[in-house]
Amino acid sequence: MPCLPLWDAFVDDLDRAIVNSMQGGFPICDYPFAEVAARLHTGEQELISRIDLLLERGVLSRFGPMYHAERMGGRLSLAAMKIPQSDFERVAEILNAMPEVAHNYARDHLLNIWFVLATETPREHAEALEKIWRETGYPVYDMPKIREYFVGLRLTA
Amino acid sequence: MTLEASPDEIDRRIVLATQSGLPLQPQPYHAVARQVGVPVEEVMARMRRMLETGVIRRIGVVPNHYALGYKANGMTVWDVPDGLVDELGARVGALDFVSHCYHRPRHLPDWPYNFFAMVHGHDRGEVEELVHRIAGLIGDADHGHEILYSTRILKKTGLRIGG
Repeated sequence: MPCLPLWDAFVDDLDRAIVNSMQGGFPICDYPFAEVAARLHTGEQELISRIDLLLERGVLSRFGPMYHAERMGGRLSLAAMKIPQSDFERVAEILNAMPEVAHNYARDHLLNIWFVLATETPREHAEALEKIWRETGYPVYDMPKIREYFVGLRLTA
Repeated sequence: MTLEASPDEIDRRIVLATQSGLPLQPQPYHAVARQVGVPVEEVMARMRRMLETGVIRRIGVVPNHYALGYKANGMTVWDVPDGLVDELGARVGALDFVSHCYHRPRHLPDWPYNFFAMVHGHDRGEVEELVHRIAGLIGDADHGHEILYSTRILKKTGLRIGG
């Protein structure tokens, strides 16, 4: 992780309101910031600059539409591998260099590397799995979801 | 203006123009429309439709949970009877501290877990308390569970389609 901001050092009620009330529902209209700003009792330009600053400070990682990969015809799956510590960095580098790998986490388990594979087609998904096995020399435990019950963020600042 | 573009191609261009974020200006959809090369009314109509059909999950801010003090993110994994996963998924997915909840395939013998619930807490103690609550909900159907904490983010680019 890069250096993280000290949230408490700069948060005020408006920052908090942006984080807590804008996790969904941003309007699709001619002047959406003005509409949200009125609800938050602030100005359009103030709201825009605050979002910009929160993004810059890393409090927000994104602002915009969140797309559902599978509904766009894409294929998404969670996959894990069991990598000896001595070989971990090499495998992590191979994975991180692949555009198909969207997220990649080290986790404290025998299966110690977990990543999300996102491709536009099932065929590219199979090819990516094959490539990972070939280049790393380790098998991949592919765990595409069978069913999704909930996806969302309900974090409060 | 590419008049020959099929409807899917225009949606695709809208996705490409907005997947890393909406422009921070008073009329963001107008900016997208200029970039995509279609009238703003069409951009807004298509985005509304994508929202209705679930292609867009939501439009808004994505907080960085570390920056909000949620430093312990536990991927909780459970071995539950296949026939009960849907029922348990509905109940566990409704808990307000669970951010993602899925039925996934087992990989026996190494990986017996078929039910995943992502839990975010300020520290591991809080995550363990929350896991205890999930365990209470699952009851006798819990044939074993573990919490996998992330120890390092190796990559986080988000989902992208190629240009």
